Amino acid sequence: MTKAITVSGLHKSFGRTHALDGLDLDVAPGEVHGFLGPNGSGKSTTIRVLLGLLRADAGSVRVLGGDPWHDAVELHRRIAYVPGDVTLWRNLSGGEVIDLFGRLRGGLDPARRAELVERFELDPTKKGRSYSKGNRQKVALVAAFASDADLLILDEPTSGLDPLMEGVFRSCVAGERERGRTVLLSSHILSEVESLCDRVSIIRQGRTVETGTLAELRHLTRTSVTAELAAPPNGLAQLPGVHDLRVQGHRVSLQVDTDKIDAVLRSLTGSGVRSLTSTPPTLEELFLRHYAPAGADEGASR
Amino acid sequence: MTPAASVTAAPSAAPPRGHRPYAGTGTLVRLALRRDRVMLPVWMLVVGAMVTGGTGALEGLYPTAAERADIAAAMNANSSMRSLVGPVFGDTVGALAAWRFGVFAAVLAASMSLVVVVRHTREEEETGRQEMLSSGMLGRRAPLTAALATALLGNALLGLVVTAALAGQGLAGALALGGAVAGAGAVFAALAAVAAQVTESARLAKGATAGALGAAFVLRAAGDAGEAGGGAAATWLSPLGWTENVRAFGTGGERWWVLAVFAAVTALLVAAAYTLTARRDVGMSFLASRPGPANGRIGGAGGLAWRLQRGSLLGWSVGFLAAGVVFGGMVDGAAELVGDNEQARAIFERMGGQARLTEAFLSAMCGLFGLVAGLYVTGSVLRLHGEESSQRAEPMLAAALGRMRWAAGHLVIAFGGSALILLLAAGGLWLGHGKDGGAVLGACLVQLPAVLAVGGLAVLLYGVSPQAASAAWGVAGLVLALGWIGPALDLPQPVLDLSPFAHLPRLPGTPMDWTPVWVLTVLAAALTAAGLVRLRRRDLAG
Repeated sequence: MTKAITVSGLHKSFGRTHALDGLDLDVAPGEVHGFLGPNGSGKSTTIRVLLGLLRADAGSVRVLGGDPWHDAVELHRRIAYVPGDVTLWRNLSGGEVIDLFGRLRGGLDPARRAELVERFELDPTKKGRSYSKGNRQKVALVAAFASDADLLILDEPTSGLDPLMEGVFRSCVAGERERGRTVLLSSHILSEVESLCDRVSIIRQGRTVETGTLAELRHLTRTSVTAELAAPPNGLAQLPGVHDLRVQGHRVSLQVDTDKIDAVLRSLTGSGVRSLTSTPPTLEELFLRHYAPAGADEGASR
Repeated sequence: MTPAASVTAAPSAAPPRGHRPYAGTGTLVRLALRRDRVMLPVWMLVVGAMVTGGTGALEGLYPTAAERADIAAAMNANSSMRSLVGPVFGDTVGALAAWRFGVFAAVLAASMSLVVVVRHTREEEETGRQEMLSSGMLGRRAPLTAALATALLGNALLGLVVTAALAGQGLAGALALGGAVAGAGAVFAALAAVAAQVTESARLAKGATAGALGAAFVLRAAGDAGEAGGGAAATWLSPLGWTENVRAFGTGGERWWVLAVFAAVTALLVAAAYTLTARRDVGMSFLASRPGPANGRIGGAGGLAWRLQRGSLLGWSVGFLAAGVVFGGMVDGAAELVGDNEQARAIFERMGGQARLTEAFLSAMCGLFGLVAGLYVTGSVLRLHGEESSQRAEPMLAAALGRMRWAAGHLVIAFGGSALILLLAAGGLWLGHGKDGGAVLGACLVQLPAVLAVGGLAVLLYGVSPQAASAAWGVAGLVLALGWIGPALDLPQPVLDLSPFAHLPRLPGTPMDWTPVWVLTVLAAALTAAGLVRLRRRDLAG
């Protein structure tokens, strides 16, 4: 089955700035793919290349089986895009804008449009100048979800939405997945990514640094374990992947590389476990590790 | 609305083919017409009312062919009038109307074109709306094509309005004038399209095109000052010169082929715009902005206002200086050609108010600079409105900055800048003319109180409500029209007196009269103060 999005070795420069430096991205059909990275890492540039707004300097890009630059018009029939900062025309109503984007995407479903307007509690008769930021965002979201696109590209789509509307947004994305549509979601709201995304790609400085399911990514980081034992611990320090080991009598706390946790647990149960708490790495820890500037990992250099 | 089924039925297995560069143009044209549903009709209405009413006035003023032949001869002999409005090519009412309103209507058409084209191209990219539009089924040439189509449609309608207004005077001439007006509009639409590709901001694209329009006016004026037949090389360099050279209602018949010049130049410029647009990314430009300093030295509200307005003030300064030099160079030639015609003198006195022709010419030119400076001061004052409506004023005023100091920063530049550009115009005239420096300086600076009064009224309108602010452009345009085409229409004095410029002493030549200068200065100060008081008390636009 053809991938929804395939990007390999993508380069794009603006003058002397290398915005994208060999970026790779694979999005399978029907998945919700999180697209993450610190500010200025090249997420929006990548999205603009995927939309055929920018021409790639080097590398190959396929979207829904087509070339996003050459087949832009035909591809856009099947793509809906929501930017993070929606600007509307001052003297057009929200409803007019929704229908305009519907026409530009090859039609939208009137029933779903009505349903979405209601769910997002949007007043479509207000003019562009009188919408708040969150409401401008809703206009673009309704237009995107009401269209019959196969691929939704959402660039920080929930900025400015209240928590209630954020919930509506999540259920809409879940609905899209159930209908078999593909979603590329760029977001800084980690709980949103965690609850919605099947897989994520993390980019930094125009390059992909990690791709996989959240479980796979978690695997790459450490889990903290605290245990109360029946007897003093035995040989924990020699196990591979154990860090920050602290022993106070029968009390043990340590961090362990998540893929080495099995051996640690065996060793602990060997001493008899009275109580155990194990905390998986939070998403924040996960991303802070990946977002940190190059060189920070080595610790000593900074 | 397309039902969903037809969309999902579209074949999605086969890879799509073809660029379809114009896909979606129709949708964008509909969007543009919907957005401009008020602006375009207002423009048509203004031009239509002006030509219809003005023609009626001319008909009443000069009912017989002999009278019209007289005035035509007088006007053609008068280089001040020629440079302001152009030569007359016949003795019919139609010929007088074409002379009186042709170039003016062409300037209005060109202004409409540049606003429409930039609004639907660079401004869309600047706001990021183009990005969202282009994520739909939109060909790469569609935005530019739609903007040009909208502007050309607007110009065609404007031409038809002119034709309809003059059809009673002869269909051929009416068609020719309509075509000449629409043609000038089309050229500037295409020029604005090129500017929108090259510059990065909508403001700069509009400013550059407006500058070209000003240059076109100065070239035509310079050419017509030296020659009565519109055949000077400088006139032929200007699209506004082509408008007059169509010779609508001319005695020797219309020159239809000049319309082909409009078409050819428009086509060339459009081709250039398409070539440029294909060579850049959406939102990017060729004149890319350079990186700015990492540490700012902008000291406060005044410093920010200066930073925001200095570019536009520089443009106006260069324009006024250059126009001054060109007009100054025409002075001597202007005084020679004028004949000894009683009627010409009567109108001439209304226009320049002076018997001595050199002085009258200088007086007319300085008056023109004053009228145009009214546009500068309006635009500069309305920066306040732009800052407020784009929410940029909000964080400024949320800081330790009062509204008065915030507004003062912009007003100092608006009012001080008006004085500066008038000084530069005087300097230019003196450079070009080579003598009478002091007289020219006085003649230009005496315009300042009237310019400030126009600016003061803009402050008041803005202070009363942000919605009323745009009416200041209407005021500036009306003042310009009264001063430019009012006198020859023999409008009643109370109407002419609506313009603050009507009360000024006509320097050089007449004795200096300080009364209107003080009255207008006090009036400007009172209007400004009233506007600021209102601004302090009203809600900010949110």
